[in-house]
Amino acid sequence: MKSIQEIEQEIIEEFEVYDDWMDKYEYIIELGKDLPLIDAQYKTDDKLIKGCQSRVWVHAEKVSDKLVFTADSDAIITKGVIALLIRVLSNQEPKDIATAELSFIKKIGLQEHLSPTRANGLVSMINKLKLYAISNAA
Amino acid sequence: MPQKFDVQSIRKDFPILNETVNGKPLVYFDNGATSQKPQVVLDAINAYYATYNANIHRGVHHLSQVATQAYEDARTLIANYLGATHSHEIIVTKGTTDSINLVAFSFGELLKEGDEIIISAMEHHSNIVPWQMLCQRKGCKLRVVPMNTLGELDLEAYATILSDRTKLVAITHISNALGTINPIKEMIRQAHQVGAKFLVDAAQSVQHMPVNVTELDCDFLALSGHKLFGPTGVGVLYGKEELLNQMPPYQGGGDMIANVTFEQTTYNTLPHKFEAGTPHIAGVICLGKAFEYLQSIDMQGLQRHEQELLEYATAKLQEIDGIQFYGQAQHKASVISFLIEGTHPYDVGTLLDKMGIAVRTGHHCTQPIMDFYQIPGTIRASFAFYNTKEEVDVMIAALNRAVAMLR
Repeated sequence: MKSIQEIEQEIIEEFEVYDDWMDKYEYIIELGKDLPLIDAQYKTDDKLIKGCQSRVWVHAEKVSDKLVFTADSDAIITKGVIALLIRVLSNQEPKDIATAELSFIKKIGLQEHLSPTRANGLVSMINKLKLYAISNAA
Repeated sequence: MPQKFDVQSIRKDFPILNETVNGKPLVYFDNGATSQKPQVVLDAINAYYATYNANIHRGVHHLSQVATQAYEDARTLIANYLGATHSHEIIVTKGTTDSINLVAFSFGELLKEGDEIIISAMEHHSNIVPWQMLCQRKGCKLRVVPMNTLGELDLEAYATILSDRTKLVAITHISNALGTINPIKEMIRQAHQVGAKFLVDAAQSVQHMPVNVTELDCDFLALSGHKLFGPTGVGVLYGKEELLNQMPPYQGGGDMIANVTFEQTTYNTLPHKFEAGTPHIAGVICLGKAFEYLQSIDMQGLQRHEQELLEYATAKLQEIDGIQFYGQAQHKASVISFLIEGTHPYDVGTLLDKMGIAVRTGHHCTQPIMDFYQIPGTIRASFAFYNTKEEVDVMIAALNRAVAMLR
């Protein structure tokens, strides 16, 4: 199993081929379109993070000593960013999730989607995942 | 006499229009949120701080007198532009929101339980929430004029909601989310027939059309400097002298007093009664410059140009498969709200940004409008007089590309 840092590095390398914004977003949109991210039974109001602009649903469960995340969004670009976050954070140990810096987001140029003012629900989603990880880390 | 309207020469007045965003020439279509600033306003900011920065109304020294004069000259200029009878009817505020809060608090103090305030279904949150707070404080009732699906107010309903219980009507001149130009002159006349006062939210109108408070006969008018080519953090409340004199002060502090002892304080006269503390001196002077700049523009030409942009963009957008417009009133300002089937506004806004185009996405601080249409938000392109048809073409091409990527 790869570590969070190893997966982040993988993603950074994948994104290095894109020098044009539109190509980069084409790829993110593909990620958003491709992944069935959450079971329909979890797409409920209590799993909903209501951003000002896009909505995010997130579901977390513990499978043996790892945490497994699934999520979805009504906006495809948000969903594409979620796909990357899940690739990095899901199936990892709680203590690693809780301390993950997720610096790859900035390195691949997507930090604007994680700014608190962007109001797409992603910042709240990460906070929620980390809180869940902290409460399961003991 | 203003020069004949020429968009290319106007664009030269706005240095930011030469900027690039994400490597593309900036196309700025978020004028409903804030406008760009002409060089004369930028120069005035610099000149104030570089050559005559001082606190006003108090100092006997030279700089204070120069600054005070410039500040009060700006007030007079704004009063003249808006057609106010007296310059002391122009109260300096932080912006439209602050102006409305001032009225809600201060005029609100004169209200009692059971009094009614009327707003409309298309108000910005800043013309809803202060009234809700007032209603909670004083036991007043908030009534809402409904609108139809085109985004036009239901004037028959308005006539039935108006009554002798109505103390104030607060309506937007132009809807920021839909672009609707409301028939406020007629609405003011009707409000006055039942003895109610009328506040015009002019945040979206002064930059698009001539606005004259005497001609409208409104009792209050609120506007923001930054939306009409002036600085942020400064705005205006116009109020009729008689009303402002009846109203208690909003905030206490320096400048708003005549005499202070620990036992009792007497208040200063208008406009100072409502301007506690050191105001945004540079902001007011530069807002004066912005009004002066607006005065130099051929207003008829400006209106014609913006209407052409509106019609051109609407026709071009219509060609996009699956487009739905929100706000199709007969009288509309240069604001277009829309959604494109199979795409989310957040995604479209993000991709347009990468192509250098600034539009607004979301609920535009008008959640009740979005609830009315049962949508989470829209994409909004709002034009100013410095925008061009060529820029509209750039947006259309970018939208087509974005839609192809997203569907």
